[in-house]
Amino acid sequence: MRNEELIPRVGVVTEIRQETPDVKTFRVVGTDGKKLFEHIPGQCAMLSVPGVGEAMISITSSPTVEEYMEFSIKKVGVLTSWLHSMEPGQEILVRGPYGNGFPVDTTFKGRDLLFIAGGIGLAPLHSVINYVRAKRENYGHIDVVYGSRSKEDLVDLAEMQNEWMNEKDMNVYLTIDREEEGWDGHVGFVPNYVQELNFPTTETAIICGPPVMIHFTLQGLQKLGFTNSQVFTTMEMRMKCGIGKCGRCNIGDKYVCKDGPVFSFDELGELPDEY
Amino acid sequence: MITRISADRLPELLKQISELEKLYIPVDKSDKVSVFEEYEPGKVMSTKLNTLRSAKDFFFPQVQPMAKFRMEGKKIEVIDPRTEAEDYCIFGVRACDVRSFDVLDRVFLADPVDTYYENRRKHATVVSFACSEPSETCFCHSFGIDAARPAGDARMWMTEDTIYLEGISGKGKALLEKLDLAALSAVTDEKAERDVQEEVRRVHEIQKKMPLYSLTPADNREKELEIFHSPIWKELSDKCLGCGSCTFVCPTCQCFDIEDFDGGHGVERYRCWDSCMYKDFTMMAAGTPRKTQLERFRQRFMHKLVYYPIRNEGMYSCVGCGRCLRRCPIHMNIVKVMKAMEEDAQCETKN
Repeated sequence: MRNEELIPRVGVVTEIRQETPDVKTFRVVGTDGKKLFEHIPGQCAMLSVPGVGEAMISITSSPTVEEYMEFSIKKVGVLTSWLHSMEPGQEILVRGPYGNGFPVDTTFKGRDLLFIAGGIGLAPLHSVINYVRAKRENYGHIDVVYGSRSKEDLVDLAEMQNEWMNEKDMNVYLTIDREEEGWDGHVGFVPNYVQELNFPTTETAIICGPPVMIHFTLQGLQKLGFTNSQVFTTMEMRMKCGIGKCGRCNIGDKYVCKDGPVFSFDELGELPDEY
Repeated sequence: MITRISADRLPELLKQISELEKLYIPVDKSDKVSVFEEYEPGKVMSTKLNTLRSAKDFFFPQVQPMAKFRMEGKKIEVIDPRTEAEDYCIFGVRACDVRSFDVLDRVFLADPVDTYYENRRKHATVVSFACSEPSETCFCHSFGIDAARPAGDARMWMTEDTIYLEGISGKGKALLEKLDLAALSAVTDEKAERDVQEEVRRVHEIQKKMPLYSLTPADNREKELEIFHSPIWKELSDKCLGCGSCTFVCPTCQCFDIEDFDGGHGVERYRCWDSCMYKDFTMMAAGTPRKTQLERFRQRFMHKLVYYPIRNEGMYSCVGCGRCLRRCPIHMNIVKVMKAMEEDAQCETKN
């Protein structure tokens, strides 16, 4: 069979981890036990189960992981519910990678980076953060601000506490929406926390989370003096083909699946605000 | 080099082509409706201006099987259902539909190539059919298309008593060379050239009298956001039923859906036409960014007249075939949208 963009390959789910009550991370390899394909941080893959559905999911693992790919997926619909109910050893369909990914080897190189995520919005940034950690000498200082509804909704909490917080020249700021027992960290919404932390405008910011969080975080960064060209995000739109043909993710003259999903707010400012 | 054949020999010409490769021709289904069908001896070619559905069907069918999956326990097997397509000829495609292939090519053949489309496209030889009587809903002229001298691999003119054939591409010329023209008493001469020139001139004269002759699309590539936020969309979209008829008859609409069908013997994945006029089109778990018909209506026309041209050096994703003018249940159409854009721009300038 030719290498076809629209015909999926078979992947085997070798490991499933419960991250939060509604987020699981799935480890996937090809039927030969090897990684299915290479990717750039921020790129996505189409995952599907025959007869159930297909959806565009960001690749959570860093490209520097040579053995497998991982996907952190929140249970929100028919396909994701099916994925959450399956057992390791299950085969699924995978095609990709799709999209442009983050400019990790160009714009981001040598820069101080500020990652800001809310809820499952950490998933697409996880790949970039671990890529940057793996090539630590290529980047400056790293800040991560991450918030969720509650402590149990923080995705990858153990990895953050055990690895990210011990990484050289890297600070991790966690916050949850409301006070709860057993949490002595920061309480409050991500946009406000970002304001309080008063990050220097020498950093390049990368935001991912619910639209309302992105909106207010961007406003906050602008108040701190950040320009739109130094703030990046990754977009979510309905997608079917992944190669800029089916028309679903079209915004202005761009197809989010092919020209995105990563855009600077400078680029987004030139497009109709239909997202 | 143009060849003339007596019009009453058309059935023989079609038969000859059908003996070389699979042949499709437009056939009348009623007073008002014609469709492309596979040729069989006895079938008469329609001379109506437009088939009900456009010729995009050949390369981008309404339903296209994409893959089959066999499941056993936790295992999945993936099967590509395609067999290499054989060559075929689409005979009698109008100038507007021929241009629509260029519009679609820029989508489906752009990197990465859509191999389903490519496969069907490369096996086809397109013989176009010059229009002899453009109608009042025609406006291909607005997009620089010459209805009297259509593009394609080869083209045909038909007058009351004569048909004229001209090869254009290598593929089209090769097809004509394979025909037994002597058996059709065909003549290739100066007269054929002169007749065609006269026919083209005659058709151009008719076009000048048509109501949409002076319709000119504005180059709005620099005014994308201005038009997007313009108040025209509310009134234009007000009565839109969101039925999607315009998208299904449109030769350039290329949006599609991908779905699985489980018929009990494994799962078949197929793609089918879809419409940006539908609410579900952009629906995600968290909602849709195009909440009302206004936004969906605007998307369709902005894509054809502004977004597509930005991406394609000014080429429009409309070919002026007029199908949407005839089919919309509320009589809304792209001509009204183009005029509203124009008036809006003039108001802006005055203010």
